[in-house]
Amino acid sequence: MAQNQSEIRYLTPPSVEIKKKKYCRFKKNKIKYIDYKDPEFLKKFLNEQGKILPRRITGTSLKYQRKVSVAIKRARHIALLPYVTDMLK
Amino acid sequence: MLNHYETVFIANPVLSAPQMKEAVDKFKGIIAAGGGEIVHEEDWGLRKLAYPIQKKSTGFYYLVEYTTGGQAIDRIEIEFKRDERIMRFLTVRLDKFAVSYAEKKRSLKQGKQEEK
Repeated sequence: MAQNQSEIRYLTPPSVEIKKKKYCRFKKNKIKYIDYKDPEFLKKFLNEQGKILPRRITGTSLKYQRKVSVAIKRARHIALLPYVTDMLK
Repeated sequence: MLNHYETVFIANPVLSAPQMKEAVDKFKGIIAAGGGEIVHEEDWGLRKLAYPIQKKSTGFYYLVEYTTGGQAIDRIEIEFKRDERIMRFLTVRLDKFAVSYAEKKRSLKQGKQEEK
C-alpha cells in the first residue's frame, strides 16, 4: 500500500518541454543581404497585423534584425507590404 | 567615386504601354545624363499595391540598377518628384553584399531562361 502511494502514476505522461534552441537563420544559411523586393520572405518576420516580430520570437541576431527591419520598412514604402492590416497570413 | 544604386518606382496605372515606355526612357536618359551607367533593368508589370496610393490600388513597377556618382542622385530624385506619372519611388545604395546578391539572382534567372 505504502509503495503505491509514493508512486504517482499519470494516465498521460506529463510533457517535459524540451526547448528547441533558437537560431539566427541568416547566420546559419550565410545570408548576407536581405532583399526588400521579396515580400513573401519578409512575411516570415511579421505577425498577422503586419507588425515586425521581436527577436525573442524569431531568434534573429541583432545584426540581422536591424537589416530585416530596414528591409521591411523599404518594402512598405513601395507598397509591397502593408503598413496596417488584419489577417495577413 | 562611383556607387551602385537601385531605384524602384511605381508609375500610374492609367498610363498606356507606350506612355509607360516613354517615362522609363526619360528616366534612363536622366541617369545617363548624370554620368550613370545602367547595369540592369526589370519590368515587373502591373502589380497590386498592398495599400492604395493616390486612390489607386494597382501600379506599374519598374526597377533600374545603375552605377553613378553620389551627386547625380539628387537630380534624379528631383525628376522623380516632379513627374506626375510617378506615384512612388525608392532609391537605395547597394553595398557589396547586395551587388553580389543581385548578380547571383540575375545569373539564376538567365540559367532558367536558357533551359526553356
